[in-house]
Amino acid sequence: MRTENQKAWFFVLPVLALVAFNALVPMMTVVNYSVQETFGNNQFFWEGLGWFEQILRSDRFQAALGRQFLFTFLILLIEVPLGIIVALSMPRKGFWVPVCLVLMALPMLIPWNVVGSMWNIFTLPKIGLMGYFLNDVLGINYDMTQQPLSAWITVIVMDVWHWTSLVVLLCYAGLVSIPDAYYQAAKIDGASPWSVFRYIQLPKMKTVLTIAVLLRFMDSFNIYTEPFVLTGGGPGNSTTLLSIDLVKIALGQFDLGPAAAMSLIYFAITLLVSWVFYTLMTKDDAQ
Amino acid sequence: MAQIKLSNLRHSYMPAPKGPEDYALKEIDVTWRDGGAYALLGPSGCGKSTLLNIISGLLTPSEGRILFDDQDVTALPPDQRNIAQVFQFPVIYDTMTVGENLAFPLKNRGVDAATIKRRVDEIAEMLDVTDMLNTRASGLSPDNKQKISMGRGLVRDDVNAVMFDEPLTVIDPHLKWKLRSKLKELHQRVKATMIYVTHDQTEALTFADEVVVMQEGEVVQIGTPVDLFERPQHTFVGHFIGSPGMNVLPCEAKGDRAIFEGHEVLLEGTTNGEGGRTDLGIRPEYISFGETGIPAHVTKVSDVGRHFVVSAMVGNTAVKAVAEHNAPDPGSHVYLNFKAEQSRVYRDGWIATEERAQ
Repeated sequence: MRTENQKAWFFVLPVLALVAFNALVPMMTVVNYSVQETFGNNQFFWEGLGWFEQILRSDRFQAALGRQFLFTFLILLIEVPLGIIVALSMPRKGFWVPVCLVLMALPMLIPWNVVGSMWNIFTLPKIGLMGYFLNDVLGINYDMTQQPLSAWITVIVMDVWHWTSLVVLLCYAGLVSIPDAYYQAAKIDGASPWSVFRYIQLPKMKTVLTIAVLLRFMDSFNIYTEPFVLTGGGPGNSTTLLSIDLVKIALGQFDLGPAAAMSLIYFAITLLVSWVFYTLMTKDDAQ
Repeated sequence: MAQIKLSNLRHSYMPAPKGPEDYALKEIDVTWRDGGAYALLGPSGCGKSTLLNIISGLLTPSEGRILFDDQDVTALPPDQRNIAQVFQFPVIYDTMTVGENLAFPLKNRGVDAATIKRRVDEIAEMLDVTDMLNTRASGLSPDNKQKISMGRGLVRDDVNAVMFDEPLTVIDPHLKWKLRSKLKELHQRVKATMIYVTHDQTEALTFADEVVVMQEGEVVQIGTPVDLFERPQHTFVGHFIGSPGMNVLPCEAKGDRAIFEGHEVLLEGTTNGEGGRTDLGIRPEYISFGETGIPAHVTKVSDVGRHFVVSAMVGNTAVKAVAEHNAPDPGSHVYLNFKAEQSRVYRDGWIATEERAQ
C-alpha cells in the first residue's frame, strides 16, 4: 500500500488564511445579511429565504438579468469570432509582429473608468468627435444619452474595442504554437483553407479559446465601471446591467438584505454558467 | 510513381546570393529511378531537408529544375505534384478518427466514398491499425501517430514519391526498429519511390538501396551502402559512415605508395592528380596486427561488444584499428599491417587513387 505524505497541506495554509481573510469572511457577512432584516442600531431579525424569494420574483431583477444575458451574449457573439479573425490575419513573422502585438495590447492597458470617460466624451452628441460626425456630417440621428438603442450600441462597441484584444492575443498565442509541419502536411494532403482552419487551427486554438470564452463571459457578466461611467445605466434603465442595479440597491437605497441576496444569486449564476461553458468546451478531451 | 530527376539544382535562402557560401544547396544533379528506396544522409544543416522540401514543392529552388518522369514540376505547388511527405514530428488531425485521418487526402481530392473505404482498409491492414480505425487519433502513442502520418502518404495510389524527413526522431528506440522494418516492408508492397532523410547512418544504410551522402549543401557520394563503406569517395563519407570512422592520416603520395610517418604503405592503385593536401584513408577494420609492419604504441583499447577498438600512435599520428579478439594490451608495442586494396590516398578530401583492375 502507498502511504501519502500529507505535509504539503501545511504549505497551503498561509494562502488559505489569506483567502479566508479577504474572501471567505466578507462573503460570509454577505450570506449573513441575506437572511436577516435590519432597521439600524445594529439590530437584526431573522428573515429566512424571504429576500431571495423577493429578488427572484421582482420584475426589476428579472429585467436587469435579461439585459445582462443579452449583453454578455452579444459580447461573446461579436468578440470571439472577431478575435479569431483578427488573430488569423496577423503576421506570424517579421517586423510587424511586435507592432501588431503592442497595438492590440494598448486598449487593455487603459483603466476601466478611463475607457468609460473616453467613450463618453467621444460619443456625446454635438461635442464628441463621433457623436458630431454621426449627427452633423452623416445625418444619422444618434444620441446615446437619450436613445436606448444608441446607448446599447455604444456600450457594446466600447466593450468590443476594449476587450477583443484579449481574445486576439490568446488565439494568436495558440496559432503561433502550431508547427510548420502541420501546414506543410495539409498542403500536401490537398486541404482547402477552410479545412486547414477547421482541422488544424481551430483544434490547436481550443484550449486558449476555452480560456478566452470563460474570461470574456465572466468579465462581461460582471461588468460595471465602463457602462456606469458611460451611461450611468440610462437612458432610463435601458443599460442598467445586474452589477449597476446591485450597487443601486446596496449603496443607493441601502437595502442590505435584498442586495446581499441578489449578490449571492448573481454569484451563483456566474459560477453555474462558467461551469457549463467549461464542461461543454472540454467535453471532447475526456473521451 | 515516377522517376525523379534533379537537374542543376541550387538554392539559397538569401534574395541575392553572392558566393557559393550563400547557397544552402550547391549544384545538385541526381536521377532517382522509379520505385527505388533512397536515403539522404548527412549531418544536421547539410541541406538535406532543404532538398527534400524542394522536391515536395514546399520550397522553390533558386536555380535548376525538378523533373518527374520528364515533366517539369519546378513551378508546381505541393498538392499538384502528387507526392507524400512524412515529417519529423507526427502530424495528425486531432479531431478526426484514425480512419478519417487516412481518408483525408483522398476526400480533399474528391475521390468517391467506395474507393476511399477500400484504400483506407487496405492501408490500415498494411500498417496493422485496422482495430484503431474508429478511435480518435489524438490519443495514440507517438509511433502509432507516425504510422498514421505514413498511412496518409500511402493512401493515394498515384503518389509519385513518398518522402520521409527523419521520421523516427520521436520514436522510442525499441519501436524504431519495428517501424523501420515496417517501412521496408511497405516499400516492397507499394513500390513507390521513397526518399528518406536522416542523419543516422544505421537508418540510412538499412532502409535504402542507394544512399546520397551530403555535406554543406553538396552531394559527396551516391552509392549503395556497400560502396559507401568499401570505397568512400571523400574523407567525409569515410569518416561519417562506419563506427569508428575511417582513419584519415596525413601522408605523401608517390605512385602506388603513400609515405606515412616515414613508412611506405602500398595503395589500391596509382595516385592521380597533383598538389593539394594528401591523406591516407583506411578503415580500422582493414588494419591488422602482425610480427612485422608499421611499429605503433597502443594507447587505449575499448571493448565495444562485437570487437575491440584499438587506439595506437604511429609517430605523432593516432590510428584506430579493430581487433576481433586478442586485442593487444594498452602500453604495448605492436606492428600494424594496412590492407593494400583498402588503402587510398585522398587529395583535398577527394579520392585520388585509381581503382584496382578487377
